[in-house]
Amino acid sequence: MTRERKGPALDFTNGRVDLSHGGGGRAMAQLVEDLFIASFDNDLLRQRNDQACLSVPAGRLVMTTDGYVISPMFFPGGDIGSLAVHGTINDVAMGGARPIALSASFILEEGLPLADLRRVVLSMAEASRVAGVPIVTGDTKVVEKGKGDGLFISTTGIGQVPEGVTISGDRARPGDAILISGTMGDHGVAVMSLRENLGFSTSLRSDSAALHTLVAEMVAAVPDIHCLRDPTRGGLASTLNELAEQSAVGMHLEETAIPVREEVRGACELLGLDPLYVANEGKLIAIVPGAEKERLLAVMRAHPLGMDSAIIGEVVEDPHHFVQMRTAFGGNRVVDWLAGEQLPRIC
Amino acid sequence: MKYIDEFRDGAVARQIAGAIGTEARRDRGYALMEFCGGHTHAISRYGIEDLLPEQVRMIHGPGCPVCVLPIGRVDNAIEIAKRPGVILCTYGDLLRVPGSGRNSLMKVKAQGADVRMVYSAADSLVVARENPDRQVVFFAIGFETTTPPTALVLRQARAMGLSNFSVFCNHVLTPAAIGAILDSPDVREAGTVALDGFIGPAHVSTVIGSRPYEHFAETYRKPVVIAGFEPLDVLQAILMLVRQLNDGRAEVENEFSRAVTRDGNRKAQEVMAEVFERRPSFEWRGLGALPDSALAIRPEFADWDAERLFEIETRSVPDVRACECGDILRGVKRPADCRLFGSVCTPENPMGSCMVSSEGACAAHWTYGRFRDAGPLT
Repeated sequence: MTRERKGPALDFTNGRVDLSHGGGGRAMAQLVEDLFIASFDNDLLRQRNDQACLSVPAGRLVMTTDGYVISPMFFPGGDIGSLAVHGTINDVAMGGARPIALSASFILEEGLPLADLRRVVLSMAEASRVAGVPIVTGDTKVVEKGKGDGLFISTTGIGQVPEGVTISGDRARPGDAILISGTMGDHGVAVMSLRENLGFSTSLRSDSAALHTLVAEMVAAVPDIHCLRDPTRGGLASTLNELAEQSAVGMHLEETAIPVREEVRGACELLGLDPLYVANEGKLIAIVPGAEKERLLAVMRAHPLGMDSAIIGEVVEDPHHFVQMRTAFGGNRVVDWLAGEQLPRIC
Repeated sequence: MKYIDEFRDGAVARQIAGAIGTEARRDRGYALMEFCGGHTHAISRYGIEDLLPEQVRMIHGPGCPVCVLPIGRVDNAIEIAKRPGVILCTYGDLLRVPGSGRNSLMKVKAQGADVRMVYSAADSLVVARENPDRQVVFFAIGFETTTPPTALVLRQARAMGLSNFSVFCNHVLTPAAIGAILDSPDVREAGTVALDGFIGPAHVSTVIGSRPYEHFAETYRKPVVIAGFEPLDVLQAILMLVRQLNDGRAEVENEFSRAVTRDGNRKAQEVMAEVFERRPSFEWRGLGALPDSALAIRPEFADWDAERLFEIETRSVPDVRACECGDILRGVKRPADCRLFGSVCTPENPMGSCMVSSEGACAAHWTYGRFRDAGPLT
């Protein structure tokens, strides 16, 4: 059955989003049809219902949702679209779960070039295809010019937790080891380098990546992983503080064990930032019983997204829940929560 | 990272710390003030105090420009930012500094004022050129390090005939503050505050040179060692101060000879002298009104002086009661001695100025060192 054309084809060269694209009429239907369904193409989406009907395996499911407001929309190593897919897949995966499906909701600002929107949507489609996690339902709204900043995306994900896996931020115990899957701060510095008022350039790319295949191998090898979390906003420092607080423990880190790229250190030095507080979008923190740390490290290092994995410290008993670090210099210091805002809109 | 890692080498640090441990006598104390917030930050961030013997105590001085800025001047900046058509540009640290009634530039920004964070004075000039129909004001603060760049933009603005740009000048002078600490009754009388020597500023000294400190060494018999901001610089300076005190010497020594000369940067001094003149008196938070301690814009540059353009009058506003910033800035008290520290006053919610900037004594201690108040390391 052929569908009736809804008017002239969308102008992806010079066209812009206008209020009719969110008005519920033919212009909106055309945008949904010719851009979103055509790009994300899968059986569930093709049914064109207001919801996706999924057959799910028995057992436990995780569900998560995240909003993406990053500015600028395109950055070295990714864009708001790939980030919206990777970020939510990662939040599913940090529960030890296998991601099943995603939903996507778009808030478009009047005037957004259709070329930019298409570039973002194609990037999301590619990220979803590579990850093997389909976008099965979605929504589009248009807000008047000045009421949004080009494009905001929200994605929701569900995933299935394998039997025997209980990963939670409150399970860190004294004696556990703390591992990270690679270098810290790449995403934040890559995004920051594009800010017009900073005026520096770098060869650095965002580390934005979907971590679910790495997690699948980790939980297969060491089912008793206690905590997994991706150190996004606030970086490693803030995420470890969250975990310390949630588990009511302290942590001791070794600064020399934490991998940070030279370019990231250089940029942070220049801007007066601490790489431990800079965001990552393709890295994870794992907390495991001390006896399992070497085995887990080997599994992580064998995966392409975990080649620079490292054991960076241990969980200790501490009524104050301090995250402390032995500095490369030989002293000790607290690694505190991020105070205020280090960088605006990085995810 | 070349030229940085060499100054953060843990093995070298242990050697110097070993020498300090051996040479510092056990029958006396060494109360050493690092004047600069940059040093305070380095000491806390690298855990330098863990490497020092008990008898060597670091006192965090007032050299944090955000910390010493009086509340009245923050209020002035807020007033300017609220005027219609104004874009107020300033360094990021200043956005959260609380003014009267817990107001801040961050809060008035949320209410609609156009306040922009810049990384340099020159950036604010760019904002002015890009917004010819707006009045762009640069809220300038800092010691001698940030003063020459402000002087340069004023000179540029005049050369360009820019009519929509001005500077709200709050630049202050380091030697005046050191003099005020040494002259304060706490230090002079009865020795309520032990103060045996100074680590002299790094970046400030690249501009003013080491000569201005000679007066303190000679008149007050306090040794001064000018040091860089890297942790090994600080540790080396501590060792040099311990040696001077052991020898009974009071000299100005220069650990930071890779950047500081006796006469400093003449060109920078000239441009400062061309654009600025000394104020007869200026209020410092925690230290009170100090004569000849701050700079104003010369009448030749009056057209770019926000203080004149906006007819600014500064009121002296007292600190929150129970806030000990004043005593902490003079080294009379330590951060943990303040009842507000860590309870109602934290970096997220600063009551006093020492908690606002990461270079402030309280913020540095809270962020990096507060485990020490909780007892020994587990």
